[in-house]
Parts: sequence; C-alpha cells; structure tokens
Amino acid sequence: MAKRNMVEAINAGLMEEMEKDPAVMIIGEDVGKEGGVFRVTDGLQAKFGLERAVDTPLAESGIVGVALGLAINGFKPVAELQFMGFLPPALDQILNHISRIRNRSRGRYTCPMVIRMPYGGGIHAPEHHSESMESILAHIPGIKVVIPSTPYDAKGLIVAAIRDPDPILFLEPKRVYRAIKEEVPEDNYTVPIGEAKVLREGGDVTVICWGAMVREALRAVEMAAEEGINAEVIDLRAVSPMDDNTYLESVRKTARVVIVHEAPKTCGLGAEIIARVNEKALLSLEAPVERVTGYDTTFPLTKMEQDYLPSPERILRGIRKVMAF
Amino acid sequence: MIETFDPLKGEMLMILHPDGRCEEKLKPDLTDETVQTLYRRMVFIRLADQRALALQRQGRLGTYAPVHGQEAAQVGSAYALGEKDWVFPSFREMGVCTMRGVPLKDIYLYWMGNEMGQKVPENVHVFPISIPVGSHPLHAVGAAWAAKLRGEKICMVTYFGDGGTSEGDFHEAMNFAGVFQTPTLFFCQNNQYAISVPRKIQTAAKTLAQKAIAYGFHGVQVDGNDLFAVYAATKEAREKALSGGGPTMIEAVTFRFGPHTTADDPTKYRTDAEVDEWKPRDPLLRTQRYLKKKGLWSEEIEKEIKEEAEAEITQAVEDAEGFPPPKPGEFFQYTFAELTPNLKEQMDDFLAFLKEKGN
Repeated sequence: MAKRNMVEAINAGLMEEMEKDPAVMIIGEDVGKEGGVFRVTDGLQAKFGLERAVDTPLAESGIVGVALGLAINGFKPVAELQFMGFLPPALDQILNHISRIRNRSRGRYTCPMVIRMPYGGGIHAPEHHSESMESILAHIPGIKVVIPSTPYDAKGLIVAAIRDPDPILFLEPKRVYRAIKEEVPEDNYTVPIGEAKVLREGGDVTVICWGAMVREALRAVEMAAEEGINAEVIDLRAVSPMDDNTYLESVRKTARVVIVHEAPKTCGLGAEIIARVNEKALLSLEAPVERVTGYDTTFPLTKMEQDYLPSPERILRGIRKVMAF
Repeated sequence: MIETFDPLKGEMLMILHPDGRCEEKLKPDLTDETVQTLYRRMVFIRLADQRALALQRQGRLGTYAPVHGQEAAQVGSAYALGEKDWVFPSFREMGVCTMRGVPLKDIYLYWMGNEMGQKVPENVHVFPISIPVGSHPLHAVGAAWAAKLRGEKICMVTYFGDGGTSEGDFHEAMNFAGVFQTPTLFFCQNNQYAISVPRKIQTAAKTLAQKAIAYGFHGVQVDGNDLFAVYAATKEAREKALSGGGPTMIEAVTFRFGPHTTADDPTKYRTDAEVDEWKPRDPLLRTQRYLKKKGLWSEEIEKEIKEEAEAEITQAVEDAEGFPPPKPGEFFQYTFAELTPNLKEQMDDFLAFLKEKGN
C-alpha cells in the first residue's frame, strides 16, 4: 500500500471512478491542462481526454449551473470551484436549483453531482482564499456537505460522493492537502457519507471537529493528556447529514463537550450541535458546551491569521474550561 | 478613434509600432518630456514587480500577481485619467495603482499580509483591489451612476482581465452601464491567459471589445503594449463619458510574460515559442525605441533611470518591512463602525487568551 497525501488520494479516487464509469466528468477552471491549482485533477485530462476533464470559462455560477444540466442528462459531473471564497457566485445555482430539483420535480429529475472546493485557512493565502463557509451550505436543504480530514477518508468519501444519488458539496481542507501522508489502499473503496469517526477514545470530555481542525484538536488532546485529561475526539466527516448518534453517545459518556471549527462562531455549526445535544442529551451534561472557533470577523490576512484560527493552545484552554466547571 | 476602429471588422488601434515607428496622424498630444516620464514609470513598475517576485522567493512577501508585460496598458490608461476620477482595480494593477498615487510601500505591505496596505491615502481615489474575478466592475458602475446623479464631472474606470469577462457580474455591470448611461470606462487587459486557460476558452467571440456592442455602447480593441494607443483611447473614452456620452469598453491586447501569480508555473500550460513571439512586442522596448529615434534614450540614461527606480523601490521595501505589526486584536476593529457587544466579548476573550499565553 502506498503512502499518499490528500491531493494524491482524491486524485486517485477521481481516476478510479472515471475509469469505471464513463459518465464521470471533471469541469472547472484550470482543472485540465494545469490539473487544478492544487493539482487535485492532475493527469486526468492527459488520461481521459479533453472531453472528460474540461477547462471552462471563468464563471462559478456557470460551472455549477451547467453541471446540473449535465447531471440531469446522463453525466456525473465533478465540478471544481477554485477556492471556497469564490463559491458565492455559484450559490444561486446551488440554493435555487441544484438543491431543489429532486423536490421540485417530485423525483422525476435528480442531480447526482459533486462540487469540490478547497476551503479553510492556515496556508498564508491572499484575501478570499481562506474562508470556511460550511454552515452556509449545511443550512441548505437538499445538498450534502462532506469534509474529509485525512487522505484515507478523502479517497473513500470522494468515491462515495460520486456514486451518491444526490448533490454533494465536497470541502477539502487545503491546509491538510500535503500536510499528512498515510496508507491509502490502491483498491476502490468507499467511506460512508454521514458517518462520523471516533479518532481517539476517552472518558473525560468529547471534542467534536472536522476538516483541518482535526489535527489541531488531536494536538490539543495530547497536551490535555499530559494534564491527566482523557479526551475523546470525533471527526464528523460530514456536516450535513450529521452523524448525531456517534457524538451523542460520546456526550452521554463524558458529559463534557468542546466543539472546534475555524468558521466564525455566530451561526457556526457548533451552535447546531449544541442544539442537538440539548434536545437529546441535555441531562447528561455536567458543564456548558464550549465552542473554540474563528471569530465573527473577516478572515484576516497572513499577519493575523494565526490569531484567528483555533490553535491547539486555544482548544486546550476550552478543554480546561469545561473540565474546571 | 474609439468609434472608427471596429472590433467586428478586426480593427485594432495601434499608433506606436513594435519597431518604434509612430503613426504621426494618430499620435496623441504628449510632449517628449511626458513620454520620457511615462517611460520612467514603466521601468519603475517593471523593477518594482521584479522586486516583489524576489521578496516572495525570499519569504518576505506572500503570493503576488505580477504585471510584467502590461506596463504600457497600465501607465497609458492611468495617465489619461483626471485627478478626481476613480479607479476600481483588480489584483494585477500595481502599475495603475502606483500611477494613481498609491504608495508602492502600501502595495508591498498588502501582499506581505497586512490589511493596512489597502488603506488608500485620503486624496487618492483608488478602491481596494478586488480578488474575486469580474465582480468589481459593478461597483465602478454604481459609483459612476452616483457621479452622474450628483453632477460630478468625473469618470470611473474599472480594470479587469480576459477571464473576468466570463463572470456573470461583468455582464450585469456592462448592462447597467448601458441602461443608465453611466460615465464608466471598462478597461480590459486581455493578457491571453486566466491562470492556465487561454483566451479562446473564455469566449467564442473574436474579440472581447465587441461585447460592448450588445450592451449598446462602443468597444474598441487597442494594442495594449502601445503606450500611445492606450493613452489615446482612454483619453477619448474619458472625454466621451464626461460629456454625457456614456460608457466605453477598451480591450487592451497584451501578454502576461510572468506567471498568473507566484503560485503557478506557466511552462505547464504554454510554450516558450508563444512567449518568444510576444517578446519583440515588449511595451518597454517599443517606447525605448521611439525615444531612441528622438535621441532621448541611451544606455546611460537607462542606467540612471534604473538606479533612480531601484532607490525608490528599496525605500518602499524598507518602509513596508518597517511598518509596525498589527496591534493584537486589530482584526476585530474594522467589522463595524463600533464593536458590537458580541464582538467586544470575543475580542476581550482573545486578548485574555494572549495574556494567559504570556504575550
């Protein structure tokens, strides 16, 4: 088994599905000859030709809007948006059309497609290249929002996303793209969409996270372990649908919760998780749930981005706070 | 001129030929001294650009979008504007911005990752650069509309690239400008590539300039490496806008010699032969040849120009690097006119965290 980073793992998943299913096609800006600005689609045009890995005009609304048309007429488009900061022009198509077509046509038309995009901060990128807007997407009925945190999951989830009968927004934490290498099977496999993963078992506190925050949370938890705090870490892997059972079971055991996300705090998904904990496990709690998140500000440029992003130290502070309550 | 050169007939305005020869009948009213000054600014921009790339490689500056090859398009157009006109730039407009009075120090500071670099001086009418492609022409149209309503005799100029013309917002901006006859100048630098994607994949139309026709106003294609053609077309479009003639689109046909930004490698998507084809059309060489014919350029003068530019650039680097780092929590301060209670709480918590860490 080869060790791969997340870029290579997603690339492998795309390649396998394109080999298996001639309906799978890649569209987006710079996805063809260039192979994507992060090289996720590298080699696909060389291997499958100009008609299956297609460079499009520079127009995000156009890319996802035509993807709907392709999807309702026999193709399985995997559209790439270059950065999540450039998602907004495409939101109209996602909100008003892609997410609703199954419902509007009472199942007559469906939209099996994937919209991939790198998201999140921490790589010293320019303005509009560091945003985390997953809660905006999770708020839209009719689309699923998947976020891998490791190369293994990324491959299994992209394959599952392509095969899913509904539209999937596939958010790739760009900070992790080349930061982790791990064993990724050569075989074709899937990771189920909507299943969280317990990354570390512990009885004292539950830390819920996703995307690039998983690594930060694991570091924080190692520091907490030195203080005798035994934390359980859960990677949601999809924020819509959310795997409630996995974290609720953990909460019932630990009675203490810290939620970590790099998106702004207000109306972030931490709020939704707290609501669900309150609805289903309120009486298990021994402390108010703590959120360690980005702030309610524009994502700052590089001089201040580390101040904005939740760090292991800030997460540890959150863990200590719920433990001390 | 902007109405006589018809993009649908493949007519492109060129005044200064690549060999330095000039179409005297079309030559704009620029004194030799002014041409020399503009040439100096073009050299300055090229060297400031090279310095930005060097700083990026040394890790002293972040991702940067170079101007190399587009100096005439930026200098010629910016010089044609009036002092009170506004500019709405995209991210590759270091040349335009410095021409309009944005200190080079500020531009470096921004790409070094400090938002203060986008705080344009009070007397300079340049909007912060727009990174989302093709989204800002609408702002120029709105500002121009306001100028029209307020009776201000000014023009609003928006700069964007060939890639930007594919975005929906670009079309909406053109349409609004046509409908409300706003004094807007759409200045497109067609540098042939949107990162790796060639111009022919942006549109099946033969020119970008002809898009204006569909919105009810004139579009003209000019040789973007020709300082005189760019200046003349911009000046005329501006005068037209000021006299109530509405918007114009100028497509400056040019070439990006460098990468899209410091983050990509152009050899992956274009051939050396293509780059070589454009080299004789270099905007600096062309202006230099013109000046040489007039006895106004020599190796010695060039050396002196470069030394002067390098000194100015070095000072800008020193000023940018010596600029005080942001105060802790500065990023909270500019969200609203006043901190909301929620933001205040978040900022206090952040500062408390820093204190606990011992900073």
